[in-house]
Amino acid sequence: MIERDLIIIGGGPAGLSASRVALEAGLKVTIFERGLALGGQLIKQTHKFFGSKEQHAKTRGIDIASKLSQNLIPYADHLDIQLKATVLAIYKDYVVTVLKNEQYFKYKAKAIIVAAGASEKMLGFINNDLPGVYGAGAVQTLMNLYGVIPGKEIVMVGSGNIGLIVSYQLIQAGVRVKALVEAAPTIGGYKVHAAKLRRLGVPILTSTTIKEAVGDGTVEKAILVSLDQNWQMIEGSEQTIYADAITIAVGLLPLHQLLSMVEIDMRYVPELGGLVPVTNDNLETSMKNVFIAGDVSGIEEASSAMVEGSLAGLQAAKALGFPHPDHERLVETYQNQLRVLRQGPTGEKTRNGIRKLREGSLC
Amino acid sequence: MGVTNESVLCYDYYSESGGVMRIKTHPILTFQQKEIIIFNYNGQQVHGQEGDTIAAALHALGIKGLSKSIKNKRPRGFFCAIGNCSSCQMTVNGVPNVKTCITKLEPGMVVTSEEGLGVLK
Repeated sequence: MIERDLIIIGGGPAGLSASRVALEAGLKVTIFERGLALGGQLIKQTHKFFGSKEQHAKTRGIDIASKLSQNLIPYADHLDIQLKATVLAIYKDYVVTVLKNEQYFKYKAKAIIVAAGASEKMLGFINNDLPGVYGAGAVQTLMNLYGVIPGKEIVMVGSGNIGLIVSYQLIQAGVRVKALVEAAPTIGGYKVHAAKLRRLGVPILTSTTIKEAVGDGTVEKAILVSLDQNWQMIEGSEQTIYADAITIAVGLLPLHQLLSMVEIDMRYVPELGGLVPVTNDNLETSMKNVFIAGDVSGIEEASSAMVEGSLAGLQAAKALGFPHPDHERLVETYQNQLRVLRQGPTGEKTRNGIRKLREGSLC
Repeated sequence: MGVTNESVLCYDYYSESGGVMRIKTHPILTFQQKEIIIFNYNGQQVHGQEGDTIAAALHALGIKGLSKSIKNKRPRGFFCAIGNCSSCQMTVNGVPNVKTCITKLEPGMVVTSEEGLGVLK
């Protein structure tokens, strides 16, 4: 059994931000990251961030990832980073079990921050399991991290910001985006992203979805269909688009499994993306000293993940009797930043979700 | 190379792109030609690059179908590329159910498509 003050599950924007403040406060920290590198999904995000300077606006995601990792260098003595390490379970006695290099390890923590992130949602259509059907994030990883395109011609499903941004990045990589389809009657993401695609001649088909993927072993074409006002397929409106890849960008699901396994109080809140843990203002779950940050608490952007990570790190340090020298001021600053990130029409969904989470009944 | 039965899959390496699906020019990112890694895919000798995951290397060669589904033997490729969905699992060096999307390619690896649950040897 390896004993640590704080175990952070996930080395993305939330986990890295949490580690920094916890290390500043004097804790000994272990980060478990399943992937090959720190940075989470930032390491494939070539676009510049919106928002305010506090969350690195105008900086590309890939550069934010390296900044967050570099911030930890001064604390190397108290920091243990485990890459290619998959956390298998959390137990009620704060034991955390980990699989690394086909070996099983047992850790024991005084506090845990779960910053595991999210997984991509799938969409139901005929042959959606055919090779060549990808999540939008997968396509970003393949292109921007490994320099490999998913196909030469592609159909994108979903016009939220991820669908729009990844379509643009596909074009940057030399892929032809033959259509972007959206089931709703209007484009979901920011108009500034959609306008860029329209200028490049990408057809954006609203009230349209994918009915079927066709191909012998891999995707060769996509059959699209128009939807009526009640989201029903309009018979006879099918059109065939030749493409060797189909990308799905229909949202994300919080990775709740580690929390659900240990019977932490969870609620299903559609506005937050699915099953999320009930937390207090300190981002602490129903299990004492188990905190959450980032997409696990509800799907938002990397900006809020970083702020939530910092908050969770501060609260974990305080809970263990090592309050950050600047605790009160920093907590206020980060809570204000979260309020700002969630204000206005774009933050409405999250605000409603958080309200429901705190008021609703338990699952 | 000294490979007697040179496969079609090697062709693009010789035409300097290192794989049919590799990005050649990009407005933001630079992808340099890295060290070539030779590995075995379903009995064929093929190439990837230093830094690739197994799944990325196969994709670069235009190989999208990685395995077959357990029950209905439908073709399987990767979906998430970050180790969540298990759709990319293959047998690597005799070890079944390896998530090839988050496993780094190493020289001489023996990578085979799976059918069924996979067997520990």
